[in-house]
Amino acid sequence: MKRTILAASAAISLAWAAQANAQANELTLCWAAWDPANALVELSKDFEAQTGTKMKFEFVPWPNFADRILNELNSGGQLCDLLIGDSQWIGGAAENNWYVRLNDFFDAEGISMDDFAPATVYAYSTWPKGEPNYYALPAMGDANGWFYRKDWFARDDIRAAFQETTGRELGEPKTQKELLEIAQFFQGREIDGKTVYGASIFTERGSEGITMGATGALYAWGFKYENTPGSYDMEGAVNSPEAVEALEFYKELYKTGTPPGYDNAYMEQSLDAFKSGQVAMAMNWFAFFPGLYADPNTGGDKIDFFVNPAQNVAASTLGGQGISVVANTDNMDGALAYIKWFAQPEVQKKWWAAGGYSCHKAVLEDPNFVNTAPFAGDFLEAMGGVQDFWQEPAYAQLLLAMQERLHNYVVADKGSAQEALDGLIADWTEVFQDEGKL
Amino acid sequence: MPHPPIPGPIEAAARATPAPLARKVRGLSDRAIAWIFVAPTIFLLLAINIFPLIWTVRLSFTNYAANRPNREVEWVGLRNYTRILTDEGTWATMQTTAHFLIWTIVLQVVIGFTLAWLINRKFKGNDLLTTLIVLPMMLSPAVVGNFWTFLYQPQIGLVNYMVELLTGTPASSFSMLGPGGLAPWSIIIVDTWMWTPFVMLICLAGLRSIPDYIYEAAEVDRASKWRQFWTITVPMVLPFLMLAVLFRGIENFKMFDMVNLLTGGGPGNETLLTSIDLKREAFEKWRTGYSSAYAIILFVTVFGLASIYVKALNKVKER
Repeated sequence: MKRTILAASAAISLAWAAQANAQANELTLCWAAWDPANALVELSKDFEAQTGTKMKFEFVPWPNFADRILNELNSGGQLCDLLIGDSQWIGGAAENNWYVRLNDFFDAEGISMDDFAPATVYAYSTWPKGEPNYYALPAMGDANGWFYRKDWFARDDIRAAFQETTGRELGEPKTQKELLEIAQFFQGREIDGKTVYGASIFTERGSEGITMGATGALYAWGFKYENTPGSYDMEGAVNSPEAVEALEFYKELYKTGTPPGYDNAYMEQSLDAFKSGQVAMAMNWFAFFPGLYADPNTGGDKIDFFVNPAQNVAASTLGGQGISVVANTDNMDGALAYIKWFAQPEVQKKWWAAGGYSCHKAVLEDPNFVNTAPFAGDFLEAMGGVQDFWQEPAYAQLLLAMQERLHNYVVADKGSAQEALDGLIADWTEVFQDEGKL
Repeated sequence: MPHPPIPGPIEAAARATPAPLARKVRGLSDRAIAWIFVAPTIFLLLAINIFPLIWTVRLSFTNYAANRPNREVEWVGLRNYTRILTDEGTWATMQTTAHFLIWTIVLQVVIGFTLAWLINRKFKGNDLLTTLIVLPMMLSPAVVGNFWTFLYQPQIGLVNYMVELLTGTPASSFSMLGPGGLAPWSIIIVDTWMWTPFVMLICLAGLRSIPDYIYEAAEVDRASKWRQFWTITVPMVLPFLMLAVLFRGIENFKMFDMVNLLTGGGPGNETLLTSIDLKREAFEKWRTGYSSAYAIILFVTVFGLASIYVKALNKVKER
């Protein structure tokens, strides 16, 4: 009997030890569920082959990404060893010690932030902003851009009608107002027996959609969050005459240039509207552009891309993320090894080739880079003028206040642009007062 | 000479019990034994109901944020309550909730009672029809939310298509869930579609509980059908109806899933119900102290209204 008990105990101990060993050789990477995530799965096979570490992935759909992952971090969960988290989270993640500060690791391994595009280092890695405290390695550069039906733009009948209506040639818009003009031209037009519409834009209310869309116009008009960076002095910046004009413009674009029913639309709806042939133009993140170009129905020579048009200034809304090591991981060495592997120029080149947007200068400054994809040049141009939302620890409150104000004005037709932006300052002031920053 | 008592099963069990334990059990009073049985339930209630409630009250006086564990928690007194009660947005949300609550209850009571009254007759296919009518309430609110989102879609949705067919208004010219003031009514329609069968079933139970002899006596007294309806049917079904109103009132005050899927509170804040607003404050903005105060205010409101209503219900039942 004793022998049986001893044998059973030994077997259980061995099984436990084997499992513990397997866990030590496993890494779970968390990110949003979208096209680039699939590319990363393929890319990571090289890492698995080189290190013997088994990679697991936890991809969460965008609408639930923040809720799911921030809850996970907040509850001290150990789901993720590595996280490609949104840029706005970095302040809170640093303050709450959710991410590992990577400076010492970078120094020890010879990883230099000078090798990455400055805008991406600033946005995805640093906290406090611009300080050399790195909590992430720039992983996925992104910005909000535009794509359009090149085949429609090239048709003689459409070009002639546009010339007649507007007095100018149909082409990629160079300003926001030209974009509106083109959207209005296509709105309700019959093409091949089907009614089509101008543009699909972001109007989503629940997470971040309408803010990400409207800031495309606001930044192009010269919108600033503060009069002096770091002062939280918002009066006259957030509600400047230019900002009011930009918001009025976005509402006009929504009212006169978008398909019916697109009053709560974000990434997915924008893609659907374009792929189903409903719209002439659409806004979305560059991350989706490789997939759009490869689409058999509306991709290839039927599609082309352009950077967010300037109005007073050239500017685009920043997307993208850095890759961080979750402080709670029980496989710190493995997670750091992945970062080290991912930071290599050769891996970064493969990352771009696979459909990810590398932020490494070895990729972006390659003279041939702009020829590698039809949107590569636009991506470079966009990343040169990106602006991001607040990255404060209280970013969620700041973001949802803006979502509410913008949706009420743009979609629900409540109040004026001036009232919306004045109200936004009041909301943000309350948040910063609670934070002790005002 | 008296016979020794024949041991029954209880006595046999007592004798089989080891002596020390038996002595202990015998020494307990009925009240103590009752406490032993009730204690686990009371402990669970305290742990999962009362303690969180007390903790929520405590948090409501602080600036605690659950996603900011390293931030110092400050005692802010009544600030959260003052902010909520003086915030125009909160009152607008309350109004939206009241609008939703009142109209869904009115429509569900009127339609539910009418359906019950019509179906409370003997005709062929009665059972099948009843089953078909109650189908919507058997569906998951998540399914209903997604399903109606498609029905309300301006370009391909059945609702807009039918409106175009019947009135000539172009289907793409209006959006049931979008701007234009239709969204609050659209969610009322969906809730009414889903939950009217529930009210109907309760009314049907009330109608079937009325004894036939009361109507027969009324017939003998030559009371008209109209008078029978108002003096027999309505008063006798009223307690059932009031119960249905209580259930639907409480359910719709905390309505979240279906409306969140249909509109997410939009467009703007047009369909922002208190439950959705509370969820945003608590788990999206992470204002835990503020949302605790919000939850307490809602709790007191519902508890107060429900208490008044239950008293009225008891009075009706006593009549």
